[in-house]
This record gives sequence, C-alpha cells and structure tokens, in this order.
Amino acid sequence: MNNRIVVGAHYGLKDWLAQRATAAVMSFYSVFIVAILLVLKPADFEIWRSIFANGPVKFFTFLFALSLFYHAWIGIRDLWMDYVKPVSVRLTLHVLTILLLAGYSGWIAAILWRL
Amino acid sequence: MSEMRIRKRPKYLDFYSIMFSIKLPLPGKLSILHRVSGVGIFLLLAPLLWLFQASVTSPESFAWFARIAAHPCMKLLFAGIIWAFLHHFCAGIRFLFLDLGVGVDLAAARRSAVIVFVVSLALTALICWRVLL
Repeated sequence: MNNRIVVGAHYGLKDWLAQRATAAVMSFYSVFIVAILLVLKPADFEIWRSIFANGPVKFFTFLFALSLFYHAWIGIRDLWMDYVKPVSVRLTLHVLTILLLAGYSGWIAAILWRL
Repeated sequence: MSEMRIRKRPKYLDFYSIMFSIKLPLPGKLSILHRVSGVGIFLLLAPLLWLFQASVTSPESFAWFARIAAHPCMKLLFAGIIWAFLHHFCAGIRFLFLDLGVGVDLAAARRSAVIVFVVSLALTALICWRVLL
C-alpha cells in the first residue's frame, strides 16, 4: 500500500528551480553593485542617488528586488510548511506573506522610479 | 515491519533541539544558520526598504539616514545584516554546487562547510571594518 501524499501541478519542482534561478540573479547583481560602489566610492548624496537613478542600474536593482521577494516567498513558505501544522493558520500565514511581498514589490518600484 | 519504519521517518526536531540539544555536525549548523539568516533578512526587509528610500530620496532624508546609520546600535544591526547576507550567500552557493552533485561525499561536504564559515566570517569582518568603523 502506497501512503505517499500526492500533490499536483509540479509546483514543488517549479519553486525549487525558481529559488535557484532567483539566487543566481541576486548573486550576479550583488557582485555587480559591489563593483560599482568600489569604483565610484559614493561619499555624498548626489553620487549615491545618481547610481540608482541610472537606467540600467535601476532596472537591475528592480530585478534584484523582485528576485529577492520571490526567493523569500519560497523560503518563508517552506518555513510555514515545516513549523506550522494547523492548515487554517498556515494558509493564513501564506496569504499574509504573499500580500506583504507584493506590497514590497510596489514599494521598491515607487522608490526607484521616483528617482 | 516497514510500516513502523515509515511512521518513524522523517523525524522532526524543533528549533531548540536543532540548535542546542543534539550534536549537529558543521554542515548541519551551516544549514540551520542558512535558514536563520534568511528569516532575519525577511523580517528586516521593511526597515531596509525604508532606510534605502530615505538614502536616495532627498538631501534632507539622506541626512536623516546618515544620522540614524551612524548610531552604534544601528551599526550593530548592520553588522548582523551583513553577516546574515554573507552567510546566506556563501552557504547558498555551496548548496547550488551540492545540487549539481559537486562535493556531495562526507569529507568534501565538511570541508566546504568550513570554507563557507571562514569566507563568510572573514568577509563580514572586512566589510564591517571598511564600511562601519
């Protein structure tokens, strides 16, 4: 008798891959932004602001943030799945986590595109 | 017979047991700290976004950011975030190699765990010294 709990739609594999893809994006961005900061050595507000106001930097910073939020969603979802057993509490936490991260995505877009 | 074995595995340990009461090998400590550092960063996302916003919005908000960031308590917090980021980063790269089947045997996995701790702690010390002090 097979007691395996079957879950549908391959979402486990998709998220496992997405967590690694977003990790790769974030690690490339981290090296890239550290290199920029090491070269420009921003010491005052104008230089600091101009780094993120630059089109490509703004675009990649936004991609980094989206990768971070998606990566965090998978990680925090795993955390709730590991430690929170009652389904109602767990699903509530899942929804709150998604709402929070969706809000952060809007927030970072607003910060960057106001520059 | 096999029924009994299935019911006992996997064994779930609570966080306290993982950290303090069982003798965890170094790759295990690396792994649980990977989770701890990830959760720490997640919890600090809102304050970090807020500080980033202040730092790039206007000269006045930048001055406020600079004043806040110069406080010793904030420097301690930043040091913690820098460590969390670097540990998560280095341990994550190690996990990517393990996913690819590189360094999976016991000796190699223990050696790479040592490397992760040495590199992440050394980089944390270097960045804290150059940026925060």
